[in-house]
Amino acid sequence: MSGTFLGMPKFQAAAPEALANSQQRRNLQHATHTIRDKRARVVEELDDWEELRQAGAAIKDNVLSHLDTYLVQLEESLTRAGATVHWASDADEANRIITSLVQETGTDEVVKVKSMATQEIGLNEALEETGIAAWETDLAELIVQLGHDKPSHILVPAIHRNRAEIREIFLSEMGQVGTPPPGDLSADPRDLAEAARVHLREKFLRAKVAVSGANFAVAETGTLVVVESEGNGRMCLTLPETLISVVGIEKVLPRLEDLEVFMQLLPRSSTGERMNPYTSTWTGITPGDGPQQVHVVLLDNGRTDALADSVGRQALRCIRCSACLNVCPVYERVGGHAYGSVYPGPIGAILNPQLRGTTSEVDQSLPYASSLCGACGDVCPVGIEIPELLVHLRTRVVDEQRGGMPSGEQIAMKGAAWMFSDHRRWEMAQKGTELGGRAMKKKDTIGRLPGPLSAWSDARDSPTPPTETFRSWWKREKGGQS
Amino acid sequence: MISLPGHGLRVALFATCFNDAMWPETPKAVVTVLERLGVTVEFPLQQTCCGQMFTNTGYAREALPLVERFADVFDDYDAVVAPSGSCVGSVRHQHAGVARGCGRTDLADRATTTAANVYELSELLVDVLGVTDVGATFPHRVTYHPTCHSMRMLRVADKPLQLLQNVRGIDLVDLPAAEECCGFGGTFAMKNADTSVAMGADKAHHVRETQAEVLVAGDNSCLAHIGGLLNRQRAGVRVMHLAEVLASTERDFAAENDLRAPTDTEVTA
Repeated sequence: MSGTFLGMPKFQAAAPEALANSQQRRNLQHATHTIRDKRARVVEELDDWEELRQAGAAIKDNVLSHLDTYLVQLEESLTRAGATVHWASDADEANRIITSLVQETGTDEVVKVKSMATQEIGLNEALEETGIAAWETDLAELIVQLGHDKPSHILVPAIHRNRAEIREIFLSEMGQVGTPPPGDLSADPRDLAEAARVHLREKFLRAKVAVSGANFAVAETGTLVVVESEGNGRMCLTLPETLISVVGIEKVLPRLEDLEVFMQLLPRSSTGERMNPYTSTWTGITPGDGPQQVHVVLLDNGRTDALADSVGRQALRCIRCSACLNVCPVYERVGGHAYGSVYPGPIGAILNPQLRGTTSEVDQSLPYASSLCGACGDVCPVGIEIPELLVHLRTRVVDEQRGGMPSGEQIAMKGAAWMFSDHRRWEMAQKGTELGGRAMKKKDTIGRLPGPLSAWSDARDSPTPPTETFRSWWKREKGGQS
Repeated sequence: MISLPGHGLRVALFATCFNDAMWPETPKAVVTVLERLGVTVEFPLQQTCCGQMFTNTGYAREALPLVERFADVFDDYDAVVAPSGSCVGSVRHQHAGVARGCGRTDLADRATTTAANVYELSELLVDVLGVTDVGATFPHRVTYHPTCHSMRMLRVADKPLQLLQNVRGIDLVDLPAAEECCGFGGTFAMKNADTSVAMGADKAHHVRETQAEVLVAGDNSCLAHIGGLLNRQRAGVRVMHLAEVLASTERDFAAENDLRAPTDTEVTA
């Protein structure tokens, strides 16, 4: 019941299967390149993009260093505005709170929007166990839910699906849980969107309770903010009688005017738009208008653990824009499911091991799911040094394994480090490569290598070692010079 | 007498462990180019490895003695040059952090000071010596891959291209999607071999699209990965380090020229 997809193998094991899915690879390549090009164009338009990034990072860092103060202020503002604040230290506690709030209303269904935090805690499954149906209303989330699937992207959860697949899902699934699509549904995006609209409209008009997330929570005013593209969020936030918002504690911003920075950073980084279509803000309760019961669940679920790591805490600056996913060559080929979490891609590779700890196989493998090419760090709108954090977390994984029975890798690494810690040992080892080079003199390359090295040589030839190393050449040619 | 740009400069060559053992032609080429420009090149024999493989795989404690050794060996030169964007990136952006992470603030300070003098080859040539024409000749169709660490850790920008554009006889063609990672990534190539190869296959495809004879880059490890894939495909594309192209002169192609009939101008000359 956590963010780990149950039964999900670790990244390295999941990757080959995803790589072999050529349809998914084509869908992903097309989608990520489209968004990344669009993003690059709109970012280029701003002369002060670097200053905006720095401002975004500075505001978030200030929040993180005084999180206790801002959270207390947020609670006071929310309470003053008529909302009820709940604190949840982990997924189970959050699910218990939300489930009982829904049960108190006497309804057996909720509509949901903008709720990565609720996916992180497995809320839908928890509600289902008590007989409450949760309907996803973001179009992509709806596709994922109807397809009995998992989200694979932060912004475009159904990025791995194409139009034809979506049409199939709508035709076979929609009618079983509500208004069916027309029998002659085409794969045209307009028709697909219309079918979703009709299907969702029925749910919006009937729902008594909505569950939302929030992009930002303003401490000074108690205002919650949702940024979205479809308007379904606004339906969720305004129509039901009861609104339950699940908000990660790192989402807090000190003042309303801080939004000025993030409203520029977020849409450009995520959808490649200058401004996003719908920005909804709500502050507690307004009598006679909108939900008359507003609950805010402030969720920790590992965030204070991440905060305790002075290097790693910058991952909590993340505003979930997904720019790092769209430029990541690993994500582009493997897709989001291999990351085993609602947070995939480079940010997932650093966020999940910090939120969940590094005890599971998948969380130990995630920091290694990167070639450290650095593209993710370059596009991050709040300047998270993702490559540096990946290395930091790899160190954590290695250090946690020390002291037990050493693995082959540990033995090899210790041995190599011992060899390099004295140049005479390194010279002795080089004699071996020279001998190898002489033995293989007639060949230009080596085909298959033995043992673990076959991971290299299965697809790549290796150069034969030279008969004389540079060091030997230098001693012979320039000997005594230094 | 013509004064050479590198005259009076005492530069230490950090060959890097992989080049020293596996690709000695690359550090030799660095020596050739720098001596041609009047630089006094030294090769401190106590050098071993920058420790990047250990650091990037999570073995910071194992990297620590190598960080210390690097500072011991290289802190006393006008400049240090290495034919690897990746290793220079590690020295400049990781050494101090490894020391700090292991509680060695004294070493972190020393590593920061030493790193300030360490340059990747194109940086030393363009920024320190102020040269873009190193007097090279290389009459081949060439495409250039900017390796991730040169590009994103060191921000060498177009310095390697400036150097290549000034090589005589070269036919330099753009590589499509040049800025995308080739998928090498150090131990990533082993730990996530399937993903690494999928990335490398796309890179190899783009290289073949250019119909270049030679793929050039500033890191032999990336080249070994891409070259290993191209070779497995029998693509007929050679890979070469930037330093080796820059070290080539007319004389290296004299043997090729001898095989063809002399032209009229050559006979009269």
